[in-house]
Amino acid sequence: MMEIRTPKTGKAKRVLEKRAPKLVETGKKTLILHGTKTSATLSSVLMELYRLKKGGAIRYSRRNENIRPFESGGETSLEFFSQKTDCSIFVYGSHTKKRPDNLVLGRMYDHQVYDLIEVGIENFKSLLAFSYDKKFAPHEGSKPFICFTGEGFENVPELKHLKEVLTDLFRGEVVDNLNLTGLDRAYVCSAISPTKVFLTHCALKLKKSGSIVPRMELVEVGPSMDLVIRRNRLPNDSLMKEAMRTSKDKPKKKVKNVDQDAVLGKTGKIYMPDQKLGDMKLLDKSKGLKRERKEAKLKHKEETVSKKMKESSE
Amino acid sequence: METDMETEQIYQVDVGNLLAFNPNHRFPSAPSSREELVKECIREGTKLVQAIANTLFNFPSTETNDGPIVQLPPPTTKLPREKHIPRPKPPTKWEEFALKKGIQKRKKDKLVYDEQTDQFKRRHGYDRVNDDNDVPIIEAKATDEPGVDPFAKRLDDKKKRVGKQEKNRLQNLKAAEKAGALPSHVQLAATSLPISGTKAQPKKIGKDELGDVAGLAATSTASGGKFDKKLPGEKPPKKQGKHHKYLPVVAGRGDVNAEKEQTNNVLSKIFSKHSHEILNVGKAINMYNVKKEKKKSGRSDKSGRSDKLKPKKDITKKSANKAK
Repeated sequence: MMEIRTPKTGKAKRVLEKRAPKLVETGKKTLILHGTKTSATLSSVLMELYRLKKGGAIRYSRRNENIRPFESGGETSLEFFSQKTDCSIFVYGSHTKKRPDNLVLGRMYDHQVYDLIEVGIENFKSLLAFSYDKKFAPHEGSKPFICFTGEGFENVPELKHLKEVLTDLFRGEVVDNLNLTGLDRAYVCSAISPTKVFLTHCALKLKKSGSIVPRMELVEVGPSMDLVIRRNRLPNDSLMKEAMRTSKDKPKKKVKNVDQDAVLGKTGKIYMPDQKLGDMKLLDKSKGLKRERKEAKLKHKEETVSKKMKESSE
Repeated sequence: METDMETEQIYQVDVGNLLAFNPNHRFPSAPSSREELVKECIREGTKLVQAIANTLFNFPSTETNDGPIVQLPPPTTKLPREKHIPRPKPPTKWEEFALKKGIQKRKKDKLVYDEQTDQFKRRHGYDRVNDDNDVPIIEAKATDEPGVDPFAKRLDDKKKRVGKQEKNRLQNLKAAEKAGALPSHVQLAATSLPISGTKAQPKKIGKDELGDVAGLAATSTASGGKFDKKLPGEKPPKKQGKHHKYLPVVAGRGDVNAEKEQTNNVLSKIFSKHSHEILNVGKAINMYNVKKEKKKSGRSDKSGRSDKLKPKKDITKKSANKAK
């Protein structure tokens, strides 16, 4: 015996529809959590990452003992959290003797672990350590520029993987329209060695240049850190194939109020709003426009006189 | 400037993601100092950002109150999806039938002309056309049975139709779930008892039941639950046992005569002339007969059993059998 359960409130229904799989996807939400032990640097890294991604991230403050992303059974908690919070990227920090200041960046497909990459953090500089003119501080939730420099990102497979994961992590929502005044942040990632990536977050200063394109200037606002590649796990081929599948046809938006008529062709109705005759302005008898009114009246008189003369001559 | 233009062409720019990649820069393997390295990285970053901005600011922009808005092209870097592509819903039983028969969907109007009242009434809702509850007279047909209430029969038929529709809807949803295309706001949940041997679903206890059980547990303690620690929000237990209200007898506590009257009424009823009418003779006889029969059947059953299994009768307790 099965029972059909539907949400009783509109809000619940809307939440469920938001979480349903869509044809065209927008941003992914990030889940930030940590394991049994964290160091000072690691906890500040996680906190600052959360601040950078404020709109689309959820941070768990309690420690999680049974999460071991690289082991076969240690992913169940992560999958459960992903299901509950509807997050598809997770950042898991842990600090052990063998792997100090460890950060595991992972992605989910259908709330199952898709791929993982483990990095160690070195030379971390918090955003409080940077001093800059607060006018240029980037706003929360603005779409960032992402820059990758270095041949390592193309030649080394782990760095290639990291590049993909960092793009996914930092890009935020996928939008159609962008407001050019809202561009104020950039992430700069440089492959300084085949195993190390230098990551920093900068604010943008748009300076006047000769053309429409402003001259860009980057100011480091922090945080900045070195990421050392440790382990990674690529997705298996079938899963990757399925996840990379995109639907070619875009859902056609229904155009309203357009009809095709055989005789008239393309028709549409113009709906006029109700004329509030009581509130309509009749004459602008304000004293300030008195001169204009007089001149207009004179002009009109002249025109009628000239017209009459024309007609009489004909 | 020319060298700049050359290197620009080799940058991989994805404007949809505001992403740029320079695959040709080589960092020195022995960096001079940390600061130099940082400066170099930022310099390279600036070049990349400038490259993206060059393309971005040359897009046609529309002016709004907040600033120039530009239409971004779709991103070119392929990133994995978050969830699977929504699967197509399998056609329902009716849809299959309609397809087979070639039945087209027809749009129904909200207002329908009602012949009886000569006006337009709505199709569904308050004061609707052809409302089942409004018919005053149902003419009897030759096939009708004499004892059947046609109005009740109509209600019954409607209930059956609604039940059938719900069953069909459930079947359609089950088929959709099998195909992985259940609508996002619907959940199917199992509600029946499981087959024996499997883990039984815990029965849900209501608030009142919990309160009763807690009360029982409290009174079974030595002090009758009076000194038990109460959880925040727990209500004091309801008065246990029989609830008797005794009227006051002492002059200071209230109306003394009310109690006197009560007892006098009871006495007068017993001593009155028609006191035999209080007793329901028929009922008394029935009770006596039933008891007798029980005793007879009980004795015939018990003959085979040994004394040790019989509950020991307490001789100090007086028997309640006085109506013999």
